[in-house]
Amino acid sequence: MEKFVKFDGLVAPLDRSNVDTDAIIPKQFLKSIKRSGFGPNAFDEWRYMDHGEPGMDNSKRPLNPNFVLNQARYQGASILLTRSNFGCGSSREHAPWALLDYGFRVILAESFADIFFNNCFKNGILPIVLPKEEVDALFGLTEHTPGFRLTVDLAQQQLVRPDGHVIGFQVDPFRKECLLNGWDDIGLTLRHAEAIREFEERRKQQQPWLFA
Amino acid sequence: MPQTLYDKLWNDHVVRQEADGTALIYIDRHLIHEVTSPQAFEGLKLAGRKPWRVSSIVATADHNTPTDHWDEGIKDPVSRQQVETLDSNIREVGALAYFPFKDLRQGIVHVVGPENGATLPGMTVVCGDSHTSTHGAFACMAHGIGTSEVEHVLATQCLIQKKSKSMLIRVEGQLGKGVTAKDLALAIIGRIGTAGGTGYAIEFGGSTIRSLSMEGRMTLCNMAIEAGARLGLVAVDDVTINYLKDRPFSPKGELWDKAVAYWRTLRSDEGACFDCTVDLRAEAILPQVTWGTSPEMVVPVTAVVPDPAQESDPVKREGMERALQYMGLSPNTPIKSIGIDKVFIGSCTNSRIEDLRQAAAVLKGRRKADSVKLALAVPGSGLVKRQAEAEGLDKIFVAAGFEWREPGCSMCLAMNADRLEPGERCASTSNRNFEGRQGPGGRTHLVSPAMAAAAAIAGHFADVRDIL
Repeated sequence: MEKFVKFDGLVAPLDRSNVDTDAIIPKQFLKSIKRSGFGPNAFDEWRYMDHGEPGMDNSKRPLNPNFVLNQARYQGASILLTRSNFGCGSSREHAPWALLDYGFRVILAESFADIFFNNCFKNGILPIVLPKEEVDALFGLTEHTPGFRLTVDLAQQQLVRPDGHVIGFQVDPFRKECLLNGWDDIGLTLRHAEAIREFEERRKQQQPWLFA
Repeated sequence: MPQTLYDKLWNDHVVRQEADGTALIYIDRHLIHEVTSPQAFEGLKLAGRKPWRVSSIVATADHNTPTDHWDEGIKDPVSRQQVETLDSNIREVGALAYFPFKDLRQGIVHVVGPENGATLPGMTVVCGDSHTSTHGAFACMAHGIGTSEVEHVLATQCLIQKKSKSMLIRVEGQLGKGVTAKDLALAIIGRIGTAGGTGYAIEFGGSTIRSLSMEGRMTLCNMAIEAGARLGLVAVDDVTINYLKDRPFSPKGELWDKAVAYWRTLRSDEGACFDCTVDLRAEAILPQVTWGTSPEMVVPVTAVVPDPAQESDPVKREGMERALQYMGLSPNTPIKSIGIDKVFIGSCTNSRIEDLRQAAAVLKGRRKADSVKLALAVPGSGLVKRQAEAEGLDKIFVAAGFEWREPGCSMCLAMNADRLEPGERCASTSNRNFEGRQGPGGRTHLVSPAMAAAAAIAGHFADVRDIL
């Protein structure tokens, strides 16, 4: 996994609650057996005027001018600002894969759905929960300030606005370490292989029917 | 100190725990299907790792498989490749059991696990599928995971987790005639919202829950994820034990007795503390119908479509307006006056034998309205299908104008050919009414199997209590 270092990025607003994983990446694209290439189909049903299917040349498809991420001012955004319960629905990791492939490294929201939140960390995306007042303020700033950017400092757990205002945020210490170092979870867990084997042996004694 | 069921399950699976609460949790059962596993198998191979314990794996193909013309195979080449990739991965790696496309016991992974006794009380059960919460009906710590975690479980037999908070949803009293576990699930989501359970493990308790069959409990736990909770739980009782007796992978003989003795401890102790408790009365719950694009947008069948103008929260109001526009509905429209184009009875929520019986009880001797273009009955597995046919339910569905299909996820998420056309309205027993879920532009109303049957007959939503 790529290390998450301090960076400065353009903010794009998606002012909706309950954005579900079917909206982030519709089911027809889940048929891929790869991890990459989902970006052009992120938010497919909102983003394009026509119906998308795998294998289409997305650069030739008509864009929906009313979808906020299609506006010229938000091209190249790497920070997504949204509302509550973002990523609800299915456990498909294709959702964070699509957002990452699109270019998002940070998602700011009032709240996230649990499985999606977890999946983000596994892919080097930082999901940040902020209080409603901060989210409201950021929506206002994003709308009224062309080219509105934020600096994301994971080590300090801070978002810094261009006006110098600092927004602190919480992040699980273990997940923070993993992101900062780009650690592979599996490698970390396998350092405890001996403990897993011992646990498994005990379990076989206590609940042998689980191993029959 | 008295423990909750969740405490007991958690403690029983901690391999090691860090000071900050981050724990390594051992996984007993790994369910696998074709959509969320190929990248995990590939990752494992690329890293040169071997699966830790293949006897924990139960796999089946369900999301992409067609529900008709099985003799013609899978026509969509991309779907076929995904299913064939699962075939070859399992052939290479191995599994406790694999039910491939067309196998007699193939079906929706959350139907197949329990009916084969591959889901047993006290297990941790994971799958790259959010509806893994279903298995909590057996007092399992069961939840969906992403593909990275599928790979993690394959490689280490563990997950890195933090304990959730605990919520007790206590339902007392008797559900009325025609009111089912699905209505209960929808009513709970209507009450606490789709994020109400976020960060919680929900235990469902109370006399109403105890009176539910295993099928009903699975429906309820299945929908726990729609309330935002990763996992739902129901304590073990005689209903659980009786269901599991003599299933193919259930323990036998002495091991059975030993297992049952342990399983009976899998309930919350008297006086156990929950972080949050929600109380409902069963009598107050009426048959439910969703009207919007989130499962929390739900009302009783006797109600009208809500008016966004009455909503004070501007974000919620906009969400309601957007939902009504997508659904092609106006505020204050009586639910019973909403006409439908298609009916779908199936999905991991409602495709078990009891669900089919409930729908068939309504359909018997009746016929779908001519205005209903397509009515699908899709059993959850090959075994459910055979059981239903042995009971003659297939004939009731067919006589009522339904198509009796082969098992699979089907029109719940429309990855195969079963789908809604833009603008079509469906009475569906599935679990998600998100935009485009059942096909781009499709309009989904979530209901129970009995209510779906009632809607099929009337051509619009109808109160099943008036028919029974």
